[in-house]
Amino acid sequence: MSNYILGQNAASPEGDGGHHGGANAGYYLPEGLPAPLAHPVELYGPYWEGTRAEKLVVQRNPATGVYQWPPQWITHDTQSFDIEWAEVAPRGIIHSWTRIWHPVHPALKDAGPYILVVVELPHAGNIRMLGNLLGDPAQNIVIGADVEAVFEHHDNAEPPFTLVQWRTVPNP
Amino acid sequence: MSDRSLRGKVAVAGVGETVYYRHSQAPEPEFVLCLKAILAACADAGIDPRDIDGFASFSDDRNDPMSLSAALGIHELRFSNMQWGGGGGGVAGALANASAAIAGGLADCVVVYRALAQGQFGRFGQGVQMPGVPREFGLSMPYGQMAPAQFFAPMVNRFLHDHGIGQEALRAIAMTSYHHAQANPRAVMYGKPLTEEKYDASRWIAEPFHLFDCCQENDGAAAIILVSAERARDMRQKPAFVLGAAMGSAHRAPNSPASSFALPDLGTSQFKSVAKRLYAMARLSPGDVDVVQCYENFTGGVLMSLVEHGFFKPEEAMDFLKLENLIAPSGKLPLNTSGGNLAECYMHGLGLQIEAVRQIRGQSTSQVPDAHVSLAVGGPMSPPVSTIVYGSEATL
Repeated sequence: MSNYILGQNAASPEGDGGHHGGANAGYYLPEGLPAPLAHPVELYGPYWEGTRAEKLVVQRNPATGVYQWPPQWITHDTQSFDIEWAEVAPRGIIHSWTRIWHPVHPALKDAGPYILVVVELPHAGNIRMLGNLLGDPAQNIVIGADVEAVFEHHDNAEPPFTLVQWRTVPNP
Repeated sequence: MSDRSLRGKVAVAGVGETVYYRHSQAPEPEFVLCLKAILAACADAGIDPRDIDGFASFSDDRNDPMSLSAALGIHELRFSNMQWGGGGGGVAGALANASAAIAGGLADCVVVYRALAQGQFGRFGQGVQMPGVPREFGLSMPYGQMAPAQFFAPMVNRFLHDHGIGQEALRAIAMTSYHHAQANPRAVMYGKPLTEEKYDASRWIAEPFHLFDCCQENDGAAAIILVSAERARDMRQKPAFVLGAAMGSAHRAPNSPASSFALPDLGTSQFKSVAKRLYAMARLSPGDVDVVQCYENFTGGVLMSLVEHGFFKPEEAMDFLKLENLIAPSGKLPLNTSGGNLAECYMHGLGLQIEAVRQIRGQSTSQVPDAHVSLAVGGPMSPPVSTIVYGSEATL
């Protein structure tokens, strides 16, 4: 369908990615949302392979140690095509959030509210990631709170994939 | 100082709109709406439509210049241009591009247009329904972040958090648009006033946005005709001269709303550097501005845009953003005097540009007395963002 978010720049989804087997296997959101495709594989393959193994793997400039995320074809600090993939600790801090009430997808019709968090990784150059904040959807969300990753395996999807979710951890 | 400037070289000679409809309710195809808006602008300007020699638009408008020029019988097409970017980020950019073409001698009479028929082509506020999504879309959509309100909410929440700004500031912005729409018979929300109680009781869409913090989705079309300043002075309408325009983005702004979480400075409308260039070209400061139209995709974007255009500091927002300060004719900064995207029509901000011109002409339904400097901000948070300021003859 027409949507300016994807617009004319979106690649056609490759692979059908759409056969979610089994009942809701304790996922945060109902099944039926768009699944992530590791496409283009040069940019997104290592990340999605990593999450299957419960690792967070992101891009880093081997010459400078500067991290970047989402992935790019080139390092933004030195304009080099030589990029390495590095595992980083699966934790961070809540940088911002929203609690979503209005469903915009049939799979979410009775799923709300649910929480999205923007998580910053201070130990990886303050790169950011997105995910859902697990737990009570009515919980008070604190910017600056420590969170850790929870790997949500969708083993019955074809192909299988693993989402990175987040939950708060007590301050050390 | 560089003499490369648009200041005073180009003016708006004509504006035109169709009837504005609720989304999916236009009785005609989008292309017909587009033609009708252009013809209305020609009539307003008093020109033969065939004398248009350039077309400029934004947001991947589907009505291409060749179709339009063939349909209208344009004598000689000299300029066509599309401003990159989705949503309304590029609306003032399209006007800037058209102005640059005229100032640079590429064309003499350029129409900037936008047409939307969402019943024909699909809605903006709905999520993508595909079994799988590539690239950065895979980093957001599987988590249920798939519509504009959901992409922009974390940016605004960060800004509210950083500066201790409460919901009342957003409410005042929504109330202002609805207040002005009650005087504007063109407005889709004409006759549908908003109260604080109604706002507070409205459902959440994505926190911090209530229903009334979100723009409408509409069908219709709008058009603006630009000519050289000299020519505009001899035409039917009082010219609104382009004093300055600027476009751009924040440093390392991601290409897509789906990866907007990676924006290094998350709590921004992306006008920090852009507004500086606008004022420099216009040789104005925020205090010179008489009236502002600021694109409301969401009220939070207006809040950040007004701050980044220098109208008040973030810590002053709670005091500044009060209804009495924002309404014409008496407010200290009258805002969105047609009803804007929230309450007049969401034509990706081109309606707000027309309203900025009407203020210079003295034709607004919520006229600001002695409006000589009229600023109009394109879609915040949706880069490349763009902004423009118009002035009367007295400002030159």
